[in-house]
Amino acid sequence: MDYLSNFYSNPEIIKYLRDVFLGAGAINQSHILSLMTFVPFLGAIIILFIPRQNKDLVRAVAVVATGIPLLLAAQVFWVFYTQGGAQMKFVEMYDWIKPFNIQYFMGIDGVSAPMVILTALLGFICIFASWNIEKGVKAYFALFLILETGMMGVFCALDFFLFYVYWEVMLLPMYFLIGIWGGPRKEYAAIKFFVYTLAGSVLMLLVMLAMYFNTNIAEAGPNAAQHTFNLLLLTNQNMHIGILQNFDMRLLLYIGLFIAFAIKVPVFPFHTWLPDAHVEAPTAISVILAGVLLKMGTYGIFRISFPLLPDMAQYTSIGLAVFGMINIIYGALCAMAQDDLKKLVAYSSISHMGYCLLGMGALTAAGMNGALLQMFNHGTITGMLFLLVGVIYERAHHRNVDGFGGLATKVPVYAGIMGFAFFASLGLPGMSGFISEALCFIGGFEHDYLHVITAVSTLGIVITAAYLLWTFQKIFLGPFNNKYDNLQEINGRELFTLVPLGIIVVILGFFPSIILNIMGGGINTLMNIISKGAGHWSW
Amino acid sequence: MLGIDFLGSQFWPLLILLCPLAAFVVQIFIGRFLPRKGDWVSLAAIGISLLISVACFAQVLIKKDPHFTAGFPSYQWLTAGMFTIKMGILFDNITAIMLVVVTLVSFLVHLYSVGYMHGDIRYSRFFAYLSLFSFSMIGLVLSNNLLSLYIFWELVGVSSYLLIGFWFEKVSAANACKKAFVTNRVGDFGFFLGILLIIFFLGKTEYGEVFNALKMSRPVDFTEGWLTFAGVCLFMGAVGKSAQFPLHVWLPDAMEGPTPVSALIHAATMVAAGVYMVTRLYPVFTPDALLVIAYVGGFTAIFAATIALVQNDIKRVLAYSTVSQLGYMVMGLGVGGYVAGFYHLWTHAFFKALLFLCSGSVIHALHSQDLRDMGGLWKKMPITFVAMTIGTLAISGFPPYFVSGFYSKDGILGATLALVMERPQHFVLAIFGFLGAAFTAFYMFRLIYMTFTGHPRDEHKYEHAHESPWTMTVPLMVLAVLSICSAGFFSGSEWFGDYVQKPESAVVMAHVPAGAHEAVAGSEAVHEGGHSTEHAAHQYAVILSILIVFISITLATLTYYHKFKKISAEKIAERLKPVYNLLYNKYYIDEIYEKFIIRPVVRFTKLCSRFDSGVIDGAVNGTAKATVFAAFATGQHDLKVIDGAVNGVAQTVIAAGKGAGMMQTGRIKNYFAWAVGGMVCILGLIYLLLLRR
Repeated sequence: MDYLSNFYSNPEIIKYLRDVFLGAGAINQSHILSLMTFVPFLGAIIILFIPRQNKDLVRAVAVVATGIPLLLAAQVFWVFYTQGGAQMKFVEMYDWIKPFNIQYFMGIDGVSAPMVILTALLGFICIFASWNIEKGVKAYFALFLILETGMMGVFCALDFFLFYVYWEVMLLPMYFLIGIWGGPRKEYAAIKFFVYTLAGSVLMLLVMLAMYFNTNIAEAGPNAAQHTFNLLLLTNQNMHIGILQNFDMRLLLYIGLFIAFAIKVPVFPFHTWLPDAHVEAPTAISVILAGVLLKMGTYGIFRISFPLLPDMAQYTSIGLAVFGMINIIYGALCAMAQDDLKKLVAYSSISHMGYCLLGMGALTAAGMNGALLQMFNHGTITGMLFLLVGVIYERAHHRNVDGFGGLATKVPVYAGIMGFAFFASLGLPGMSGFISEALCFIGGFEHDYLHVITAVSTLGIVITAAYLLWTFQKIFLGPFNNKYDNLQEINGRELFTLVPLGIIVVILGFFPSIILNIMGGGINTLMNIISKGAGHWSW
Repeated sequence: MLGIDFLGSQFWPLLILLCPLAAFVVQIFIGRFLPRKGDWVSLAAIGISLLISVACFAQVLIKKDPHFTAGFPSYQWLTAGMFTIKMGILFDNITAIMLVVVTLVSFLVHLYSVGYMHGDIRYSRFFAYLSLFSFSMIGLVLSNNLLSLYIFWELVGVSSYLLIGFWFEKVSAANACKKAFVTNRVGDFGFFLGILLIIFFLGKTEYGEVFNALKMSRPVDFTEGWLTFAGVCLFMGAVGKSAQFPLHVWLPDAMEGPTPVSALIHAATMVAAGVYMVTRLYPVFTPDALLVIAYVGGFTAIFAATIALVQNDIKRVLAYSTVSQLGYMVMGLGVGGYVAGFYHLWTHAFFKALLFLCSGSVIHALHSQDLRDMGGLWKKMPITFVAMTIGTLAISGFPPYFVSGFYSKDGILGATLALVMERPQHFVLAIFGFLGAAFTAFYMFRLIYMTFTGHPRDEHKYEHAHESPWTMTVPLMVLAVLSICSAGFFSGSEWFGDYVQKPESAVVMAHVPAGAHEAVAGSEAVHEGGHSTEHAAHQYAVILSILIVFISITLATLTYYHKFKKISAEKIAERLKPVYNLLYNKYYIDEIYEKFIIRPVVRFTKLCSRFDSGVIDGAVNGTAKATVFAAFATGQHDLKVIDGAVNGVAQTVIAAGKGAGMMQTGRIKNYFAWAVGGMVCILGLIYLLLLRR
C-alpha cells in the first residue's frame, strides 16, 4: 500500500508522482526540511523572551538557530552528492487544509537543493555580518530569523499554496529590516520593495487560483472535479481542464507568473526597486537580498513557470533570452555609471542575473545548468561583494568610489579579497562564476534562434571587466589618499564571513562537477517535462 | 635520460604545471614570513619545472619524429546534459618546444628578479605573481582543448594584470594594468565567440577531435563562410594577447611594470600565447581567414616598426619592436609559413627577453629610461653592452650565419614572397615585410648607438652607472648564448623542420577558386623545399633581406654613430615635422580610442543611468504617485461628494430644525398666530386644490 494513497485515491496520480518525481522514496521519514525551515522561527520566538539588555544571548541564539540549518544543509549536500538530484528527497506530506486539498508538502530535488544550501550558508554568515547591529537587537535578529524561515520554505515548498504563504512570510520581515535598520532613505526603499513585490504576488495569486480551479485530479472525470495545489501534480497536462486547455489563456497565465517572478529577479524594466533596496539595506540584508531573494524569482520560473506551462516556456523562450541580454548589457552599462559602490554592485547583480535568464531562455541542458549554477555562484560572489562594501562603509562612512584612492597600500588584505571578489564577479576562469557564465553562453548558442542574442550578451564580459577594474583602480590603486591614514585592516570576524565564500568560489571554479552533478538530475527531470509538454507547441 | 621515460605518463608534465602553482599558494599566504621572503620557493619551483621540461625536450629531440604525440587520456571535468568537457594534457613537439621557452625564460627572469626587485616592499608578492604567471602559461601550453586553453588564457591575463600593476601606487601603472586587461578582454570576447561557434557546430572542444570532426563530418550548415568567421573570431583572441593592430595599445603601456615582467610577459612568453594559439588551431583556419591573419600581422609589423623609429624611451622602443615582431610571426603563419612563424616565436623569445633584460640592466644602473640621458655606457657596462649587441644583431636579422633571428625572419619573408609570387595581388604583404625589416634594423641600431656609444649626455647619471650584480648578468649571458645557438648551432632552421611540420588543413574546400587554395596551403614551410617557386622565393628573400639590412644599418650608423654623424636626425625630423609628430604620437591611436570609444561609452553609461533613474524609475514612481493621487482624489470625492451629500442632508435638516426652532418662542400668542396662519394656509390650499375644479 503506497503511502500516497492516504492522500490520493486516483492510482494514476500516484503513479505519475512516483514515476516522474518521487521514485520509490519514502515519505515523511525525514523531517530535515521542516527542521531547517522552522528552527529559525523557533529561534525567533526564543529571542522574544530574552531580556532586552542581554544582547549577546540574542546573538548566540541567532547563531544556533541558523547554525542548525547549516549543519542540516551539509547533510542535504552529502545525500545529494552521493545520490544525485533527479528525484525529490526528504519529502514530507501532510494534509493542511483538507477541504481545499491544501497540503503541507515539502521536498527538494537537484534544482532546489543548491538553493537550500545557499540559503542556510548565507543565513549563518549574515548573522556574523550583523554582529555590530546595536539598535533593536532583539527585533533585528528575530525578524532576520523569520526571514530565513520564509526563504527556506520557498525553496522547499511543493504545494503552490504553501509556496505562496512562504513567499509572503518572507516579505514582511524584509520590509521592517530595510525600513528600520536601513540608510537615510530607508522608508522609501522599504515601501518600494514591499509594494512592488506585493504587486507581483497578486498576479501570482491569480495564476495560482486559475491553475487550481482548472485541474482535475479525480478519477471520475470532470463531474466530480477535484482540484489541487500540488506543484508536482500540476505539471501533469492530462489533468488540465477548462481555460488551461486554451492556448491564449495559458499564455496569459504564463505572462502573469513571469511578471510576478520578474519583479523578484529583477528583470528589466521591473528592476528599479533593487538599487534602492540594496543601497538602503544594512549589509547583511543586502547580502540576503542579492544572495537569496533574487534567486527566488528565477527559482520560481524553474519550479513553477517552466513545468506547469511547458509549452509556453518553449513559446516564450526567445523573449526570456532577450530579457536576459538586456539585463546583462543594460545592467552592466548602468553599473559603470555609478559613483556609489553599493549601487554599482547592485546593478552588477542585475547584469549577472541576466546570465541566468539567457541560460533559461535557451532551454537546453547546458543553459539550464548554467543558469542554476549561476544562481548559486551569484549568491556566493555577490554575497562577498556586499560584505566587502559593508566593511569599507563601516570604516569610511561613505561608499563613493571616487572618494578613496591607493588603499591597497594601507589595507592589502582587504584589497586582495576585494580583488578576488571582483575577478570572480567578472567571470575569471578558475573561479566559479566563469563556468556558469560559459554554460549559459554555450546553452544560448545551442538554441536555434539565439545566436545573435548570445553573441551580443558576451559583450557583457568586456563591459563587466571594464567597470570592475576601473572601480578597483579608483579605490585601491594609484597614490594613497592620506585621509585614510587611520583606516583599519579587515578584522577576524569579517574574514570569517568572507573566507568560506571565497573557498567555495575557488573549489567550484576548479571542480564544478561537485555541484553540477547534483543539479543535473533535477534539470533532467525538468527538461523531460518540458519536452513532453512541448507537444502542444514548438518552434 | 636518467633512465626515466618523462613522457611515459602524465606525472612529469603535470609536475611541470603544478610546481609553480604550489609555489604561488605558498608565497601568497606565507611568503612574507619565510627566510629571504620565500624567493627561493618560486625559484626552486620554476627550476624543477625547467629541468623536467628540458628533459622532456631532450627526449623529444632524440625521437626526431615530426608527428610525435604522447597519448595521454582526458578526464571528464564537467557535464551538463549531453554537453561534456574533458580536460587532459597534450604533449607533442610544439608543446615540448614551448615548454622550454616558457620555463627557461621564466627561470631566468625569476633569477634576474632576485637582484632587480631586491628590497621592494612587496618582494614576496612579486614572486607569487611570477609563479602564478608561470603556472598559467604552462597550463596554456599543456592544454588539449579549447576551453582549458581559454581558462589558462584568462589566467595569464590576470597574472599580467597583477604584474603590470605591481607598482600600483604609480598612476601610470594602475592605468596600464587596467588597460591591458580590458583590451585583452575585447580580444577574448571574439576568442570566446569563436570557441562557442566551434562547440555549437561540432560539439567538441578537444583539438584533435575538432580537427577530425571538421575533416570527416563537417555539418552542412557549418559553411566555409561560418568557418572563416569562426577562424577570425578565434584570431581576435590572438590580436588581443599578441598585441596586433588594432588592439596593440596595451603592450607599450604595459612597460610600466617592473622590467623583468616586461621581459617575461611582454616580450617572450605571454604575448607569444596568441601566436601559439594560431599555431595550435592552424587546421581550422580557412584560406580566407589566413589571409585576414596575414594582413593584420603584416600591417602590425610595419606599423609598429615605424613608431619604434622615433621613440626615446628605451623600453618603449623595445615594446613597439615586440609588437612589430609579433606581427611578423602572425604574418608568417597567415601566409602559410607555419614553421617559419613558429620558429620566429622560438628565436624571438630568447633575443627579446635578452634585449629587455639588458635594458633593465641599463635602467637599474642609470635610474632613467630615456635614451637622451644615455650614451657611452659600453665602458661602464661591458657585459650588458655585448649582450645587447648580440640581441640587436639577432632581431635585425643580421646575416653572418650565427644569430638566430636571421633564419626565422628570413623564413617568414620567404614564405611571404612565395605567396606574393603566386598571387601578385597581395604584393602589399611583401612590402610590409621587407620595409618592416629595414625599419627594425634601423631602430635597433639607433638604440644601441644612443645607449652605449658616443659621449655621456647626462654626466651625473653616467658617474653613478655601474655593471649589474651577477644575478642579473648571468641571465644576460645565458640568453645571449641562447640567442645565438637557439638557431641550432649554426645549422640554420633545418633542425626545426624535423620536429615541427605544417599540419594539414582540416578544411576541405567545397569549390576552390583556381590557384587560390594551393597558393596558401601550398606555400609550405620554406625549408621543406620541393616546390620550385618557393625555393626561388626563399633565395630572393635571402638576398633582398641581407641587402636591406645592410643598407639600413649603414644609414643608422651614419645617423647615430658619434664618429660619423653624416646625417642629422634632427634635420630630417624638422623637415618631415608632420610625419615625425604622427609617429612620435603613435598615430594618435590612444587619443582616437579615448575620444571615439572610451568617452562616448562612458557618456552612454551615464545616459543609461539617467534613463534608469529618470524614465524607468520615474515610471515606477509615477505609477506610485498616480496611485497616491487617485487615492487622494477618491478620498476627496468621498469627503466632498459622497460625504458631502450625507452631510448636506444632515445640515439641511439641522438648518430646517433651527428654522423651525425659531418658531418655538414659548408664547401662547405666537403659537396661536401660527395656528391661525397655518389654518388659513391649509384652507386656502383646500380651496385652491379642491374647490377651483
